[in-house]
Amino acid sequence: MALRTQSHEMGMHTEKLSGRTQQRFFSPSEEENFTYPGAHDVDFNKRAEFDADKLSTSEINLKLRDLMRQGYGTIVMRNPGAKHAIAVGILNKLNLQIEGSLGYFGCGLIDGPNIHIKGRVGWSCAENMLAGTIVIEKNAGSTFGAAIRGGDLVCKGDVGARVGIDQKGGTIIVGGRCGAFCGFMMQRGRMVILGDAGKNLGDSMYDGTIYVGGKIAGLGVDAVPGEMNELDCQWMERKLKLYGLKAPNGIKNMTKIVAGKQLWNYDNLEPSEKKLIL
Amino acid sequence: MADKKPAGKEDVDKYLKGDGLDSSREKEIGQHIGYRYDVNLVPDYNRLTPFLKKYLEVMGWDDLNWLEDVHMGYEEGRAAVFDRNINGWVTVPTDLKLPDNQQDRDMIARELLIKFQMSKKHPMVDLNKAYRKF
Repeated sequence: MALRTQSHEMGMHTEKLSGRTQQRFFSPSEEENFTYPGAHDVDFNKRAEFDADKLSTSEINLKLRDLMRQGYGTIVMRNPGAKHAIAVGILNKLNLQIEGSLGYFGCGLIDGPNIHIKGRVGWSCAENMLAGTIVIEKNAGSTFGAAIRGGDLVCKGDVGARVGIDQKGGTIIVGGRCGAFCGFMMQRGRMVILGDAGKNLGDSMYDGTIYVGGKIAGLGVDAVPGEMNELDCQWMERKLKLYGLKAPNGIKNMTKIVAGKQLWNYDNLEPSEKKLIL
Repeated sequence: MADKKPAGKEDVDKYLKGDGLDSSREKEIGQHIGYRYDVNLVPDYNRLTPFLKKYLEVMGWDDLNWLEDVHMGYEEGRAAVFDRNINGWVTVPTDLKLPDNQQDRDMIARELLIKFQMSKKHPMVDLNKAYRKF
C-alpha cells in the first residue's frame, strides 16, 4: 500500500506514457489506393535492362529510380560487380532481377519491391527491410536481415553469423546452414533455418519464433524450445512452397525456439526510463 | 515452457472491457505494459478480405508479406492498429462492429492500416514534402 501511495506521489498515475497525441481523421472508404502517395506508377509488364559494370553505386541507384519514374515495373540489372549499397531505399512496388552478386548492405531499407539475386550477397543484406521479397540463390554474409521489420528475406544457400540480429518483424528463411548468434535480441517475426544452426541461437530473444530443420549447436540465453502447432505447420508449408524449398526432415519434425521471457525486465523500469527507451 | 497460449482461451474483448492491468507491477503503476496481442500469432489465410486480396495482387505478392506482423491491438480501451511509419496507434472507427475472434480482427486491422498509410491525409505525406532529399 505504501508503494502505491509513493507511486501516486511520484506522478506515475498521471504521467502520460503514450506520447503526444496527434489527431488525424480519414475515412476508410475514401479513394482506394494501394501504393504510397508519391510512389512511381510502374507497370510490371514494362521491362528494362541495364549493365551496371561501369556504373558507380550512386549511378546504379539513380538509374533504378529513373527507370521507375519512367514506369518500368520490371528491371534487370546485369554485372553489379559486388558493389556495396546497391538497390537501397526503394519504396515502390517493383520486380528487380539482379544477375550477379552484391557487396555489403545490399537492398537495405526497401519497402515493397520483389528482388531476385542470382549470385551471393555480402554483410547486412536487407538491413532494415520493411516490406517486399528478396530471394538470393547462393550464399549470404553475416548479419543477414539485420533489424528487418517486415517482408520475406530468403537465402537458398548458407549464411554467416548473426542472422536476423535485432529482428523486429518479417520472415527470414535460410535454405542451408547458418552461423552463431542467429536471432540475437530478436523481438518479433519468424526465422526459418532449414539446415544446422550455430551456437547461441536466439540469444536474449525478446519475442518472435525460430524454426530449425537441422541440428542446433547450442541455444542462447533465454531461448527455449516451443511446441509446433498446426497453424505453424500450415504457415511454413505455404511459405516454403512459395520459394521452392523443403524441410529436410519434414516440417513437423522441425524444432521451434521461442523466448523464455525470463529476461523481460521491462516491467521493472520506471515510467521515465521507459520513455527514454521508447 | 513459454510458448504462446492456445488460441481461444482468452476473452477476445479483454482489453476493451477492462483496464488491462494483470501483473502486480501493472497494478502498482496503474498502467498496462507491453503488447496487447500475441505477436507470434500467424495469420489464417482463409480469412483474407477482398481488399487485402486486391492489395497483394497489386504488389505482386503471394501472401500477406509484411502484414503478417500486423495485428489488432488495443489502446486506451479502444481497438487500434499500430502504424510503424508514424510510431503511433490508429484507432478503429467506433461504429465498426468487431468480429468475435482475433484472426478476423487482425484482417480488419491490416486493411485499415493500408488504407491509412496510402491516404493523402497520412502524416508521412507532410513529412515527405518537408524533408525529402531526392
